[in-house]
Amino acid sequence: MKTTYDIVVIGGGPAGLAAACAAYDQGIQDVLILERDKELGGILNQCIHNGFGLHTFQEELTGPEYAKRYEVEAEKRKISCLLETMVLDISPEKEITALNRKDGLFTIQAKAVILAMGCRERPRGALNIPGYRPAGIYSAGTAQRLVNIEGYLPGREVVILGSGDIGLIMARRMTLEGAKVKVVAELMPYSGGLKRNIVQCLDDFGIPLKLSHTVVDIKGKERVESVTLAQVDENRKPIPGTEEEYACDTLLLSVGLIPENELSDKLGVQLHPVTGGPVVNESLETSIPGIFACGNVLHVHDLVDFVSQEATMAGTCAAAYVNAGRTEETEEIPVKCGSGVRYTVPAKIRPACMDETLPVRFRVGQVYQRASIMVRSGDTVLLRKKRPIMAPGEMETVYIKKDSLSPDNIGNDITISIEEE
Amino acid sequence: MYDVIVIGAGVSGSATARELSRYDLKVGVLEKEEDVCCGTSKANSGIVHAGFDARPGSLMAKMNVRGNQMMEQLTEDLDIPFERNGSLVLCFAKDEMERLEKLKKQGEENGVKRLQILSGEEVRRMEPDLSKEVYAALYAPTGGIVCPFELNLALAENACQNGAEFYFDTAVEQIEKTEGGYRIHAGEKTYETRCVVNAAGVYADVFHNMVSEKKIRITPRKGEYYLLDKKAGTTVHHTIFQIPGAYGKGVLVTPTTHGNLLVGPTAVDIEEKEGTNTTKTGLDEVAQKAMRSVPNLPLRQVITSFAGLRAHEDGHEFIIREAEDAEGFFDCAGIESPGLTSAPAIGELVAELVTGYLCAKKKKHFVEKRKGLVNPKNLSREAYQELIRENPAYGNVICRCETVTEGEIVEAIHRLIPAKSLDGVKRRTRAGMGRCQAGFCSPKTMEILAREWKVPMETITKAGKDSRLIRGYNKDSL
Repeated sequence: MKTTYDIVVIGGGPAGLAAACAAYDQGIQDVLILERDKELGGILNQCIHNGFGLHTFQEELTGPEYAKRYEVEAEKRKISCLLETMVLDISPEKEITALNRKDGLFTIQAKAVILAMGCRERPRGALNIPGYRPAGIYSAGTAQRLVNIEGYLPGREVVILGSGDIGLIMARRMTLEGAKVKVVAELMPYSGGLKRNIVQCLDDFGIPLKLSHTVVDIKGKERVESVTLAQVDENRKPIPGTEEEYACDTLLLSVGLIPENELSDKLGVQLHPVTGGPVVNESLETSIPGIFACGNVLHVHDLVDFVSQEATMAGTCAAAYVNAGRTEETEEIPVKCGSGVRYTVPAKIRPACMDETLPVRFRVGQVYQRASIMVRSGDTVLLRKKRPIMAPGEMETVYIKKDSLSPDNIGNDITISIEEE
Repeated sequence: MYDVIVIGAGVSGSATARELSRYDLKVGVLEKEEDVCCGTSKANSGIVHAGFDARPGSLMAKMNVRGNQMMEQLTEDLDIPFERNGSLVLCFAKDEMERLEKLKKQGEENGVKRLQILSGEEVRRMEPDLSKEVYAALYAPTGGIVCPFELNLALAENACQNGAEFYFDTAVEQIEKTEGGYRIHAGEKTYETRCVVNAAGVYADVFHNMVSEKKIRITPRKGEYYLLDKKAGTTVHHTIFQIPGAYGKGVLVTPTTHGNLLVGPTAVDIEEKEGTNTTKTGLDEVAQKAMRSVPNLPLRQVITSFAGLRAHEDGHEFIIREAEDAEGFFDCAGIESPGLTSAPAIGELVAELVTGYLCAKKKKHFVEKRKGLVNPKNLSREAYQELIRENPAYGNVICRCETVTEGEIVEAIHRLIPAKSLDGVKRRTRAGMGRCQAGFCSPKTMEILAREWKVPMETITKAGKDSRLIRGYNKDSL
């Protein structure tokens, strides 16, 4: 087997596919995708609902349809893929150790690596929900796979904790497949999902959403028999006396996604304490030169369209790195989070290396109405963008212009903050 | 007709069955759950105690120290991990020193070797993350850690290799005295046996009281735990206890043999013999107490919490003897901490009593060694490559978090004592034991279970009985 490639992409989901295609289009044709599943497309394969691709294709596609478009692009370019292949290790010298049935354990030497491993769901344990540990407690994504790929119904009477998008989508899916979804509970005073999903997945089916509620007990020794919800106070502590028990056989959890960075961590890539993904610069390059990251492994996205955009940029930058053979050392400006901003991607910008405009993506820490996104450097306002509404469930983007970062305009850092009117 | 029926396939029952299988005896083990290691043996600290806690002269002390000494050879014979990581009992004030000294003296009386009292500074040099409040500690280098699932399973498998018969999903309902011994009713089945070993954990009182007028009482004493991600696994290297109180050894912080960090337990007496639910109060207590030892305990790295029940007998002593008024009925009751440590010694003692009673003779060909499941992580690169060539399933990773392959899961399903459920696979291979807690691998593991057992997916359970994972098909009710 071929053991050297210019670029190796870890993960063949939407991020990996778009990154590989972009690198190819920039003239780096020696690209390999390593995918652990038996098909490309990643988690999109189980997202059979529509609503994907409005930004990219101006039409509403299902997850598999969206993935297919990128798979076709990868096929056209004859990009090599190894499926059912698990990457076990990446070294800072970009030697990749992987494993599959056919080739056993093998190593591949790359000139650049693009991390595109996606994310995983937070399990019950991370929330410390008390109670028994019977069958019938699923993360929403696991249930989604069972229902959408395998055709199995994991339960008939369902309570959902967490109003993340997968939870909302699964409320509708379970209902359509014949299960009764009794309630969706959300710890926070606002939903973690897209507004359109609340309308289309809950409201349209008469499924109640209980904000500021959490699960305080799970009963049933073999199979879930009931779940008790309680209201929480402003410190997210359950309020005694507000408990309400729901008879059900299933509890679905949609309580957050975590970028899957075991490989990055072992590799020694610096990780961001808020996103859980690598800290990257404007080229989406991590703290290790020649290692790039994009998609949900970098930070959890709300829409796949933005994953594809970001991955295209990562692929382009990785190709530029391979062409140049090194990372340019030039002035770097940190991007800081001001009030209301939880994180930014990128977290640092090298003005000399950026395109004419650079998208900076971030999430806000609470719901804002009629507020402005302010981008400042020192006393200079680089950009101001009014937004009628912003919520933690939706990603925000500002486009910073290269010419706004001229040396006389710019201080020691750039700060993005939210200012209410 | 059986010579011996052992009730319970927990670690005591399995250790007993293994020791009995050295003899020319027909041995049966009846277990109400679908697998070994489903009760008290499943949910505990996984500690091989040094032996300083128990009252000198007690059976508990004797079994503890003997069990500890046996562990090296036993775990080698059974091919399971064991580590003498040493334990530390912390005290937080000068006026606790007297109790610490007493503990040391007690340990020495029990025969625990190399006990040593260290100053706060010395301890912090060994374990830099310990609290600045630690005044001194008792250091027991002979303390260790073992995986309770693997120990239990390995004992049972080795017993099975040597002819002991295991019957699962077999809940004993009634025990009758007969002329030649006992008749045991379990569902539709009856078992005739010359003698009975009662190793039924929290239910040991129920069975004892069926045949004896000298009643005993076992109280389930709940202990709640947090299990932390492997990233937190090196927070401490020794097992960290606090100076003990009335309800046992208090909250400990310890690495596990697989590199996680385990924190707990609480100790609360309950009525319910199946009350393994966790509670907010309990888990909060664990966190609060553990942080006294390790103030920066990374509790954000918790991947799961669980509760176990100790089989606490009123006299706080192991009851390992023939019931006074029931000939041929041997109790192995009140096996709470240090039960796991003591299991090998308990097995030995029970077997000695039973074989004495039956005048049994040793077999000529007892197979002392058991080969564990193939673990590719322990192989050299060349050996692993060869394994995949022979069986490509070892190249197919099913559990990402713990890197468990299809080959390992298939082997677990086809062992002498097979994995039948998700939990069974998990305990044997660690698939689903990692940080995503089976989110990714459970559908795949379920498929492998269904394929290997040649049963439909909807019969696959989490842990036997009615813990079926699938409740139907899409739109089947519409």
